[in-house]
Amino acid sequence: MAIVRDIMPAFELFQPATVDDALRLADKYGKDAWVMAGGLDTFDWLKDRIKRPKVVIDLSQVAELRGVREVSGGLEIGAMTTLTEVVRHPVVREKFSILSTGAEAAASPQIRNQGTIGGNVSQDARCWYYRGGWKCYRAGGNICFADTPTAINREHAILNADRCVAVNPSDSAPALIALEAQMVIRNTHGERVVNAEDYFIGPSIDITRMTVLKPGDLLTAIRIPATWAGAQFYFEKVRDRQVWDFPLMNVASAMVVTGGNIERIRIVVNAAAAHPLRLTAVEDAVRGKPRNAATGEMGGKIAIAGAEPLRYNGYKIPLMRNLVKRAISGVEEAQWT
Amino acid sequence: MPAKSTINPLVQNSSEKPAYKLIGQNYTTPDLVAKVTGRAKYAEDYRAEGMLFAKLLLSPVPHAHVRSIDASEALAMPGVKAILTVDDLPAPADAMTDLGQVIPANKLGERGLTNDPVYQGEPILAVCAVDEYTCAEAIEKIHIEYERLPHAVDPLVTLRPGAANARVEGNVWVRPDPPPPVKGQPPPPPPAPQVQELKWTAQDFADAKDGQLPMGKATDHWSFGDWEAGLKNADLVLDETFVTPNTSHQTLETRTAMAYWQNGKVYVHCSTQSTSQTVPALARWLHLDMSDVVVISEYTGGGFGSKITSAISAIIPALLSKKTGAPVMMRISREEEHYIGRARPSIHGRLKVGFTKDGRITAIDMYVICDSGPYDPQGDANQSGRMVSLMYQPPAMRWRGLSVLTNTPPRVSQSQPGGFQGIVLMEPIISKASRKLGIDQVAIHRINMPEGKANIGPPLPNGKRLYVTSAFIKEALDIGHEKFRWDERKALPKRSGTKARGIGVATSCFVGGSVGFDGLFVIKPDGKIYIQSGIGNLGTESVSDCHRVTAEILGVPWEKCEITWGHTGRNLPWTCPSGGSQTTHAMTRAAYVAALDAKDKLQQIAAKDHGGKPEDYEVGGERVYRKGGGASMTLAQAATRAIELGGIYDGHELPKGINKFTAASAKNLTGQGLLAVARDTMPRDGQTHSYVAGFAEVEVDLETGKYRILDYLAVADVGTVIHPRALGGQVLGRSMLGIGHAIGQKWVYDQHYGLPVAKRFHHTKPPTILDAPENMAWEAVGIPDPETPIGARGIGEPPVGAGCMAILNALSDALGDDVFRRAPVLADTILASLEAGRPMEEGLTAHI
Repeated sequence: MAIVRDIMPAFELFQPATVDDALRLADKYGKDAWVMAGGLDTFDWLKDRIKRPKVVIDLSQVAELRGVREVSGGLEIGAMTTLTEVVRHPVVREKFSILSTGAEAAASPQIRNQGTIGGNVSQDARCWYYRGGWKCYRAGGNICFADTPTAINREHAILNADRCVAVNPSDSAPALIALEAQMVIRNTHGERVVNAEDYFIGPSIDITRMTVLKPGDLLTAIRIPATWAGAQFYFEKVRDRQVWDFPLMNVASAMVVTGGNIERIRIVVNAAAAHPLRLTAVEDAVRGKPRNAATGEMGGKIAIAGAEPLRYNGYKIPLMRNLVKRAISGVEEAQWT
Repeated sequence: MPAKSTINPLVQNSSEKPAYKLIGQNYTTPDLVAKVTGRAKYAEDYRAEGMLFAKLLLSPVPHAHVRSIDASEALAMPGVKAILTVDDLPAPADAMTDLGQVIPANKLGERGLTNDPVYQGEPILAVCAVDEYTCAEAIEKIHIEYERLPHAVDPLVTLRPGAANARVEGNVWVRPDPPPPVKGQPPPPPPAPQVQELKWTAQDFADAKDGQLPMGKATDHWSFGDWEAGLKNADLVLDETFVTPNTSHQTLETRTAMAYWQNGKVYVHCSTQSTSQTVPALARWLHLDMSDVVVISEYTGGGFGSKITSAISAIIPALLSKKTGAPVMMRISREEEHYIGRARPSIHGRLKVGFTKDGRITAIDMYVICDSGPYDPQGDANQSGRMVSLMYQPPAMRWRGLSVLTNTPPRVSQSQPGGFQGIVLMEPIISKASRKLGIDQVAIHRINMPEGKANIGPPLPNGKRLYVTSAFIKEALDIGHEKFRWDERKALPKRSGTKARGIGVATSCFVGGSVGFDGLFVIKPDGKIYIQSGIGNLGTESVSDCHRVTAEILGVPWEKCEITWGHTGRNLPWTCPSGGSQTTHAMTRAAYVAALDAKDKLQQIAAKDHGGKPEDYEVGGERVYRKGGGASMTLAQAATRAIELGGIYDGHELPKGINKFTAASAKNLTGQGLLAVARDTMPRDGQTHSYVAGFAEVEVDLETGKYRILDYLAVADVGTVIHPRALGGQVLGRSMLGIGHAIGQKWVYDQHYGLPVAKRFHHTKPPTILDAPENMAWEAVGIPDPETPIGARGIGEPPVGAGCMAILNALSDALGDDVFRRAPVLADTILASLEAGRPMEEGLTAHI
């Protein structure tokens, strides 16, 4: 069969209006169904004819999946809320600004207008071999093309690789983990709630999936507790282009500082591994310490323990060290005049 | 042309600028409203009755021979109309020069479809069906058996002993020596280049130190002056290796084409840089007479050298249309454009440059390897040497190079082809020398810059070297030095907090004009001027800008000029190809001579009707009038008289010197008014080139490697400014093209498989609007070129090299010399090198 790309094949399209209908369809078609949120990840796969679902369940008509609700000092964000809506929401900006900053770092304005928060956290890996249709571990094959002697892998993992060296590319995910968000998942059997940091999985758990979602599952909402409202936040994304680019790495931290000392902290890095990394060893080491450059540097060094570079991504080790340092102690800005 | 119409006396020998009414003024171009309202129709926007669609089947492998194609299942599908393979294509055709000399076809050249794919993504066949979805389904039902052949995607690797060749015939292009000239005969065309195998020795590779380019046998060379003595006597000699990127043109409009046949003629709606010049290209590819080809391209979404005469892929819908008897549209997807849309060849370069202690270059020894892709040898290798010889005026120079074949997508000229690479190889050395010698960057540039009729390139067989028409790059540097507040910025600290900052300057040059083309227009009895423009509407606005000269010379308001463009069925004149930034120069000259022809005829008509001699009359204010007052007639009256007089006046008699293409168009316009037509035969002493000085300031984040471009200023030496707004668009737009080469754009290949992994924009990383400098400005020197009336030269090319290297020189100013040795320079390279204290990116591996 000859290969042709960049033109979508035919499929059966469903546009349910309720979550219940969506779940029934997902249950009915199982592995043959593809659940589509904003379509940014989906259409890449479909247009390249690499993923060939028989059925596409488009969630864009499910009104109950959209919008941000205030719930006991925190927020519940419908999974189909667009990134732009998240970025612009006044409570997000006021109390949980790390999420608006992280979500606004994703992609481009046009993509954020269409892309959803649920899609952003559930998107697939962007490894160019995998997305190019190479039959790798993640695609059901028995090789990682990004981890061979000739592989080009500057955007790949330095930590927790297990056969596959792809990374999770989400910009909102580390912010949500830093905020102790919870993911609400439904299927025809009921609802379960998963901590954001447990929502994302690495290849050692399942090499073909990025999240705990299985066929028939639907991420319906993301809950943000009041816990970190108004804390000190830091988010930074390093990318090749200033818009419309995935992270080379990003970092998110939430911190409560009392009397100059770090009382509470959560710190998360993404694009360093197949799932966002919550750096609990760093959190433990800096908790109770003064928030200063020395503490930041210590945190940075601890963060990179065990990191292993591939041929082209050695820069990610100092990058992670420096980003973690900044996420703890801030950036020393330039004074030119 | 009569003797009086030589060089504009207003310009020559005069430092004062002539008082133009239109030239140098902004105006609303005739295509603007359609573009900004979305009404402009590009090739893809056309529909024709019963139109079918076509899609390409692309090779999945980098090098192979097609053993068999089984399309039976596809052809049996409802809605599938035909397939087209290389067996359906006309054989490669010879070309003919203006002198009637035959240039034999390149037997190894690209044909549009192939059974011997030489890169992944090369079109094997095309399927034609009622819609694109059916085409795609049909392609998936075609079975092709490939015989795999060894591949080579890295130009340096293929030169290693025992390494694979990109073509069965070999891995390098070799140009046989031209036959000796025969007295009294025009010089013969150069013999066709041949592919041969060339392998260097293991010792050649071993001799190069880490990061240095090995320099085995080269296939081409030239030199002038005693370069060995120049290097020997220098106070400082730098020996530097640098690698420039392969960059896809990736124009916003892909090379979509739609074609149909009517009454034996083929009508091709395509995307092209040049309207008139696309006719002979399509005629050659399709084996048709030029009179049987009609090109329609009113708007083109970018070319940058990749669509100079459209694209060979445009013959596919034309041939499928012939086969099916229906119009056929072949839209090219972004993925397909990556493969067939052309790219700039990379150059691996190593230069030894000698300097005196005051910064003057004593000699250059330049060695380049050009990755020419799988098809034609690219001129970039040689042109890189020529442009270095012009830009930095070495008293002595040796250039050696070779054009290597690889199994990667076809290359072609891209804005400032070869010149860009030459500047990118040379500027880091100038920048490093400024630091080593303690000389200011602007000063070390200025001392080496050309001025006046400066020499360029290798010596001719007579031992003399060619020279340029003019160069005012020193003036550009002086303007930029002041406007950029160079000294003020230089005094600022280089480090603060986690940031470093630096300033950079770079100079750049390229070809800026050709001669010898035709102008054609009619003054009709309604008093308006109907101008025929064969210039492509490729976004530069030259399609109308050049004709401002006509209105200026005749003293006619612009509102009374109507321009016909974009359709060769509508009587267009023979026009230069819009490539190599020749158009503004060539076609202002053609407009000028046609305007003088009109003036001459108006004066003759006035003298016939009102007595006296033609030279007693002047043209202006929409009239031809007796000098000093008295008898006059309006242009409308003169146009009516021209029709009554017939003969030369209304086109019944045409001048001999014009191109036959122009003559055919002029014949169709005969009898409609006063017909002005002329060929530019005006003298020109020298080769026309333009120049840019670029100035940049960057701020680098030392903890992430990311950098921002705070400020950019380009100062262009482009002669007279015809249309400031369009010039600004070109200068800044092409600067951005160069900045893209500095900050991100590239190809990425897995060499083991010979396959690209970066194919989409978020992988190949053309710059976005947020990557543009935070402040961007341009200036023009504004000194007219003395060798052309009006004094205007082209500007599409030199901003590219200046944009790229002003940024990278600023980075070196901020970070020192041990950070990068290839472009683009991204955060990973900077951070890893700063961490290690030495350049950490692999120096020579291609496509990383």
